[in-house]
Amino acid sequence: MNLLTSLRKELLEQWRTSRLLIVVIVLVVFGLSSPLVAKYTPEMLRLIPGAEQFAGLVPKPTLLDAVNQYIKNVAQFGILLALLLSMGAMAVEKDKGTAALMLVKPLPRGSFLVAKFLALALSFLVAVALAGLAGYLYTLVLFGPLDGSAWLNLNAAMWLEMVVYVAITLLFSTLLRSQAAAAGLGLGAILVISLIEGIPGIGQAMPGRLVAWGAAPFMGAIVNPWPALVTCLAIILTCLLAAWLAFKNQEL
Amino acid sequence: MTAIRIEGLQKFYGSVHALDGLTLSVDEGTIFGFLGPNGAGKTTTIRMLTGLAHPSGGKAWVAGEEISQSHTVAARIGYLPEEPAFYTWMTPLEFLDHVGRLFGLVSTERKQRALELLERAGLAQARKRRIAGFSRGMRQRLGLAQALVNRPEVLFLDEPVSALDPAGRKDVLEMIEGLRGQCTVFMSTHILADVERVCDTVGIINQGKLVVEANQQELLGCYTLPAFELEVDPDQEEALRAWTDTLITSAWVRSAAVDGTVVRLVVKNVQAARSALLSQALLAGLSLRRYEIVKPSLEDVFLRLVNGNEAKQ
Repeated sequence: MNLLTSLRKELLEQWRTSRLLIVVIVLVVFGLSSPLVAKYTPEMLRLIPGAEQFAGLVPKPTLLDAVNQYIKNVAQFGILLALLLSMGAMAVEKDKGTAALMLVKPLPRGSFLVAKFLALALSFLVAVALAGLAGYLYTLVLFGPLDGSAWLNLNAAMWLEMVVYVAITLLFSTLLRSQAAAAGLGLGAILVISLIEGIPGIGQAMPGRLVAWGAAPFMGAIVNPWPALVTCLAIILTCLLAAWLAFKNQEL
Repeated sequence: MTAIRIEGLQKFYGSVHALDGLTLSVDEGTIFGFLGPNGAGKTTTIRMLTGLAHPSGGKAWVAGEEISQSHTVAARIGYLPEEPAFYTWMTPLEFLDHVGRLFGLVSTERKQRALELLERAGLAQARKRRIAGFSRGMRQRLGLAQALVNRPEVLFLDEPVSALDPAGRKDVLEMIEGLRGQCTVFMSTHILADVERVCDTVGIINQGKLVVEANQQELLGCYTLPAFELEVDPDQEEALRAWTDTLITSAWVRSAAVDGTVVRLVVKNVQAARSALLSQALLAGLSLRRYEIVKPSLEDVFLRLVNGNEAKQ
C-alpha cells in the first residue's frame, strides 16, 4: 500500500518539478531531429560555404541512416539523463532530511527506494515512447515506412539500457550522501561498461548489445539478445538489492 | 503507565560515547523535557527511539514496544526533527495528505485531519501556498502538524523552538502545551525557560548520561537554597545594615549579604528562620516591602547539576 503512496509522490514530483517534461522534451526533440538530420545532411553541407564539394561525397541518405542517427542521439542522451535524474534521488533526500521525516512513519525503506526506481523507469518509458512515436512518424514522412514491431523492439531495448543506468546511479545515490559523488561514480560505471562492451566475447553480453539487437532488423543482421537481456536484468536487480541492503541499515 | 522506557542505552561513534548507558522512563500523558547542553546526546537518543539510528547497546521501549524488534511502533509515534525538511514543491495541504496516506487514513479523514491541523498550526490561510515560500516559523508549525496526523501516542520533538524568534517560539510552545493529556511528549531542548513553561517532568542529560530525572516542581524543591530575601523601604538602608549585624550572630544564620535595601540570608535551619525572621524584623522597626523564600530557577538547578557532574568527572 505504501509503495503506491510513495510512487504517487515520486510521479507527482517528476511532474511538478518539470523533470518528466525535460526528459520528454529532450528525447522527443532528438527523436524528431534524427531522421531530419539524416535526410538533410547533404543539403546542409551544400549550404556551408567551402563545404559544397563534400556534399557530393555524402551518399544518398537512407532509412538506415535515420535509424542510426536516432539510436545514437536518443540512447546517448537517454543514458545521460538517466544519470542526471537518478544521482540525487536518494542522496538529496538523505542529506536534506526528508528521508528521515518520512521513514519514521509506516513506510518501509524498501518501498521508499523501489518507488523512486519505478517512478524514474516510468518517466523514461513515457519519454522513450513519445520519442519513438515522433521518430517513427518523421522517418515515415521523410524515408517511408518502418517495420513497426522492429521499431518497438529497438525502443524497448534503449529504454531498458537507460533503466540499467538508472539502477546503477540509484545505488550510488543510496550509498553516498552527495549527488555529485553519485554522478561521478555513475559516469565511471558508464565508461567501464562501454570499455567492457568492446571486449570480444564478454562484450556480447553487455547492455549496449541489446540496442544492437534492436537495430539488427534494419541492418539485415541477426543478434542474439538473450545474454544482454539477462545481464541488464541482473544489473538492475543486483543494484536494487544492494541499495536496499545498504539503505536498510543506514542511519539517517 | 510508562510511555517510554530506556535501559542502559548506548551509542558509540568510534571512541566517542554519544550515549553511555542512559536509563530513564517517561510516564504516559506527560510532557517530558529532555535537557542537556549541546552535544550531550539528546538528538542521538531521539534518533534511536524513532528508529533512525541503531543502539550500540541497551534496550528501549516506546508505547510498550521494544524499538529494535517492532515494525508497528512507527504508526503510533510522531516526530519533529530540529530542522524539519519538506517536499517544498508541495503545498502544506498536499504534504499532510501524503503523510495521511502513509498512515492509511481514508480520503475524507485525511482531508478533515489536514484542515484541522492546519487550522491549529495557524496555516489555514497558507494551505494552498507552496512550502518553498514558508518562513522558519511556518515550517516548524507545519512540522508539528505533520507529526500529529496519526494522533500519536508518543510525540518526539527535537529542539522544537531553538531556532525560532520569540513570536514563533510562543506559537509552537502554545501548540505543545495544547497537547497536554492528549499524548506523551518527549521534548529535547537546551532552552530552560521553555521547559519551565511547558514540561511536567524533566530529565537532565550530560555527556551521554542521565544526571537527574524528576518532576519539575520536585526538582526545584530538592534544589531550593535555604535562603530568604527581605527588602525594606529606601530610607531604611542603615537600619537594615544594623539589624543584619545583630542577626548574623544568631545560631540559625549561616551568612548574610546586604545589597542596598535588600538582605539575602542563607540559613542553617529553615524552620527556625521562618519563625524568627519576621518578628525580629518588626521588632527592629523595619517596614518590609518584600519577604520571600528564594526559589531557584531551573537554570540554577541545571547549571549546578551539569557543572557538578563535570566537576566529579
